Amino acid sequence: MRYLLMICTDENAIGAIGPEEGAAMLAGYTAFGEEMGRRGVLLGGERLRPTADATTVRVRQDEVLVADGPFAETKEQVGGYYLVDCRDLDEAIEVASRIPGARHGTIEVRPIWER
Amino acid sequence: MTGDWDLAEECAQDAFARALDRWPRDGVPAKPGAWLTTTARNRAMDRLRRARTEAAKLRQLAVTADDGPPGPRDDSGIRDDRLRLIFTCCHPSLPLDARVALTLRTLTGLTTAEIARAFLVGDQAMAKRLVRAKAKIRDARIPYRVPPAPLLPERTAGVLAVLYLLFNEGYSATEGTDMIRTGLCAEAIRLARLLVELMPDEPEARGLLALMLLHDARRAGRVNAAGALVPLEEQDRTRWNAATVAEGLAVLGPLRRHGFYRLQAAIAACHAAAPTAADTDWPRIARLYERLLSEAPSPVVELNLAVARAMTEGPAVGLRLIAALESSGALAGYHLLPATRADLLRRLGRDAEAAAAYREALALAASDPERAYLARRLRETGGG
Repeated sequence: MRYLLMICTDENAIGAIGPEEGAAMLAGYTAFGEEMGRRGVLLGGERLRPTADATTVRVRQDEVLVADGPFAETKEQVGGYYLVDCRDLDEAIEVASRIPGARHGTIEVRPIWER
Repeated sequence: MTGDWDLAEECAQDAFARALDRWPRDGVPAKPGAWLTTTARNRAMDRLRRARTEAAKLRQLAVTADDGPPGPRDDSGIRDDRLRLIFTCCHPSLPLDARVALTLRTLTGLTTAEIARAFLVGDQAMAKRLVRAKAKIRDARIPYRVPPAPLLPERTAGVLAVLYLLFNEGYSATEGTDMIRTGLCAEAIRLARLLVELMPDEPEARGLLALMLLHDARRAGRVNAAGALVPLEEQDRTRWNAATVAEGLAVLGPLRRHGFYRLQAAIAACHAAAPTAADTDWPRIARLYERLLSEAPSPVVELNLAVARAMTEGPAVGLRLIAALESSGALAGYHLLPATRADLLRRLGRDAEAAAAYREALALAASDPERAYLARRLRETGGG
C-alpha cells in the first residue's frame, strides 16, 4: 500500500538555520533515505523549493489565472515529500516518525487512492 | 461540619474528559427513555450477537497483520481477537468521537440509534461518523492487530483514554434527566473489565477500572431528589454501593506503581473508604494530587490540590493557591474556579464576597444539578 508522506515545516525557521545545523539536517535526511531504501519502502521523494518560488494556477471560465505564492497562508508549508510502500498505516506512521522534519514540523500521511 | 470543599474533586472527572476533547453535539437531543433499566439487560444476548456481526465486518475492513510481529498473548484466539478489535477501534488516526462510537458499536453491540441517543447526536450524523471511520480503516489500511511492543504503551494509553471518556460522558450526565447517557458508565465499566481480563499485566487498566467503580459506587448519593448536586461531604454514605466500593478497592490493590488512572483511583479510594466525611484522609489526598500533578500537569489538578490543601491547612492557604491559578488565566471561564473560591470564602465567613463568587460560578455552570447546588449556596450566603 502506497502512502505520500508530506513534510510540513516552517520554511522561515529552516531558512534561518546556520550552516552547521543545515549540514546536520541534510545528513539526517541522507541517513533516512539510505535506511528506507535498504528496507525497500522508499518509492521516491524530493525536497521542494520554498513557497516564495511557488506559483498557483487556476482555470475559471476558461481563463487561466496565475498567481504567485502558495494557495493558502499557513504556518507550516510542504517542504518535501516521500512516496513509500508500506504494509499498513502503522508502518507508514513508523516511517514518517523517522523523517528528521517530524522533530520540528508535521508529517501528513496520505494513502494513495489505489484502484 | 458542613461544606462543599469537594465540589471540584467531584467534578474533576468531567473536566479531565473535556480536556481530552469536546464532543461535537451536532444532533437534536432525543427523549430519554427506559432504555437503560430494562431493555439493555433484556437484550444482552441480542447485543452480543450484533457485536459479533459488527466485529466480523470490521475485521474484514481492517488489515490482518499476519506477516507482522505477533502481539502479546496470542495464546487464546478469542481473547486476542477482542483485543485486536479494541486496538483497531481506538487507533489514533481515527477521530476521537469515531473511536468511542466504533468501540461501542463493535464491542457492546449497541445499535447506531442507541449510540446516537447516548451522545445527543442525530441518528444520521452518528451513522455517517461510523461509516467514515470504517472507510478510513479500509482506505488507509488501519491494521487489525495488537500493536507490537514498541507501540503498545502509547496505544494502550489511547485505548484507556477512550474508555475514560466514555465513562465521563455517562458520569457527567445526571440521573433521571439523562438515563441513556448514564448507561454509558455501565458500558465503560464492562469494557474496562474486559480490558483488565485481556491485559492482566497492565496496571493502568486496573487503575482505570478501579477509578470507574469507585466513582460509580457513589452515583446514588450524588444528586438529591430535587436534582441538585450533593457535595461529597454532605452525601448520605449509606446510599453508596458498598459492594462496588469493595470491588474498586480490591481491583486497585496497593498503590505501588503510579500512573494517571491509578493515582486518581487512589484519591477516589480515600473518599470511598472514609466512613464519614470527617474521616477523610485529606493530607494523603493532597499528596496524591501532588504526585498526579507531576505525572500529568494540569490546572484542573492544581485546583483540586488547592481544595485538598485548604482542607488540610486551612481555607487561607487554599485561597492563596486559587488566586495564583486565577492570575495564570489557565482556567478562565471554568465554573469550578469561582465555585471553589466561593466555598473557601464562605468557610471564612466572608459571605458577601462568597455570594459574588457563587454568582460568578452560576453564570458559567452548564449542568442543571450544579446550577441548583450553586443557587442554594448563593441563597445561604444571602446573595439570592
